[in-house]
Amino acid sequence: MIEMQDVWKTYPDGTHALRGITVKVDSNEFVYVVGPSGAGKSTFMKLIYREERPTKGHIFVDSFNLAKLKKRKIPYLRRNIGVIFQDFRLLPKLTVAENVAFAMEVIEAPTKLIRRRTVEVLDLVGLKDKRSSYPSQLSGGEQQRVAIARAIVNNPAVIVADEPTGNLDPETSMGIMRLLEEINLRGTTIVMATHNRDIVNSMRKRVIAIEDGTIVRDQLRGDYGYED
Amino acid sequence: MKISTYVRHLREGFRSMIRNGWMTFASLSSIGISLFILGVFVLLTTNVNYIAENVESQVEIRVYLTLDIEETQVNKIWNDIGSIEGVDRVTFVHKDEGLETLRLTLGENWIEGFEGDNNPLMHSFTVQVANPEEIAHVADRIMALNETNEPAPIDEIDYGAGTVEDLFAISNLVNNVGLVLVVGLAITALFLIANTIRLTIMARRREIGIMKLVGATNGFIRWPFFIEGAFVGVVGAAIPLGILLYGYYRLASAPRDSLSFMSMIELKPLEDIMLPLTILLIGLGILIGVFGTLLSVRKHLKV
Repeated sequence: MIEMQDVWKTYPDGTHALRGITVKVDSNEFVYVVGPSGAGKSTFMKLIYREERPTKGHIFVDSFNLAKLKKRKIPYLRRNIGVIFQDFRLLPKLTVAENVAFAMEVIEAPTKLIRRRTVEVLDLVGLKDKRSSYPSQLSGGEQQRVAIARAIVNNPAVIVADEPTGNLDPETSMGIMRLLEEINLRGTTIVMATHNRDIVNSMRKRVIAIEDGTIVRDQLRGDYGYED
Repeated sequence: MKISTYVRHLREGFRSMIRNGWMTFASLSSIGISLFILGVFVLLTTNVNYIAENVESQVEIRVYLTLDIEETQVNKIWNDIGSIEGVDRVTFVHKDEGLETLRLTLGENWIEGFEGDNNPLMHSFTVQVANPEEIAHVADRIMALNETNEPAPIDEIDYGAGTVEDLFAISNLVNNVGLVLVVGLAITALFLIANTIRLTIMARRREIGIMKLVGATNGFIRWPFFIEGAFVGVVGAAIPLGILLYGYYRLASAPRDSLSFMSMIELKPLEDIMLPLTILLIGLGILIGVFGTLLSVRKHLKV
């Protein structure tokens, strides 16, 4: 599903964010990416949805060869990747349902399908009753559920979640994690960067630890491994 | 692209135009003013040309005879003029007839006391020429009759020499001045639209980022901006178009009873002007709108 071969990333200011990453994530896997701040987690995530280009090395996502992917083909890669962020990134002027439908309008899905599918995913994340609310009227956990609904509405092969529980309290975080696990069980690969040791330790998955731009640990059913 | 997507882009473009309020107003005004001035110049030039053509097709030579000319000599001159090559038709206008014409145009009071033997006018001929371009040549030949006849029968010849040329010169001047003005104003309008769109892009930076993350193509992101630009262009053109057409209608159908300047010229009919003017202004409006958007989109929308 995702494969990186000796990937290096050096930013224009000279920062070496990644130094020779080689990793493979299979379909249906659930992977945590952990590590100290500034270790290269975010760069690692951004490379997957082609927000950044590697300085060196090869990246394959789904059927896309990212090194050879032309700029105007990027949208078609992203339609196969759902992205979730710490700050939700919802459109404030649109309702919950409109925010979710937006992702389908962008890919020009038929209007009828948009309506049906929007209700379907909002039901899945438990926000069917809030579909006419605006993001500002929702709690953080609810907003993140909307973001998840938007991420999965086009049935992506992969979900890339960059600290999805970073702004949420522990209880709400667990709710979000159960939702992600459910989505994973339905067949979506999930790559999630996190600082949350409780989640990693209680919901055991594969753990990839990145430090100073290299993978220092890759462990199935691993633990968080860092003292806060 | 699907119809529902078009509808979405239309809606978005329109919304954004409303949201931009004052900038939209500024762009609309500058497009409106420049196209209004363009329209005025186009109408002026068209009509100057129209009048010039009318005059050209109507040119005739007035031959005024000396006051004390004999009846027999009048007939001889009549024949002589008629036999000049290029002359189409010669009409004799008796001085009483001339006075009658004046009475009709100027009114009774003006000619009081000039009737009969007091008539200060001269007999004259009106000479139609087959080809307007030969008019100067024919006039020279008529004038030459003074040398072969004794006493010289012709007092004066008038054929509006240079009038047509003057009209075309005016029309050219109007064209050039108008063009410079309009180009300057159109460029102003262009940059104002570019700025409006730039503001929209700035305001929607975050939204655009999110659209890109969920897989929107560049075209999908750009379309609403072009619609906004084109919309500003169309509305900006429609307003001066309406004003110009209405004004022209009033001018062309104004009553001609007074001895005013307007009563002497005939404007091109509104029907002949409506369609070309509409196409020109609306077309230019859209062009300015879309091109202004292009400037901004290329520079600020890195998609």
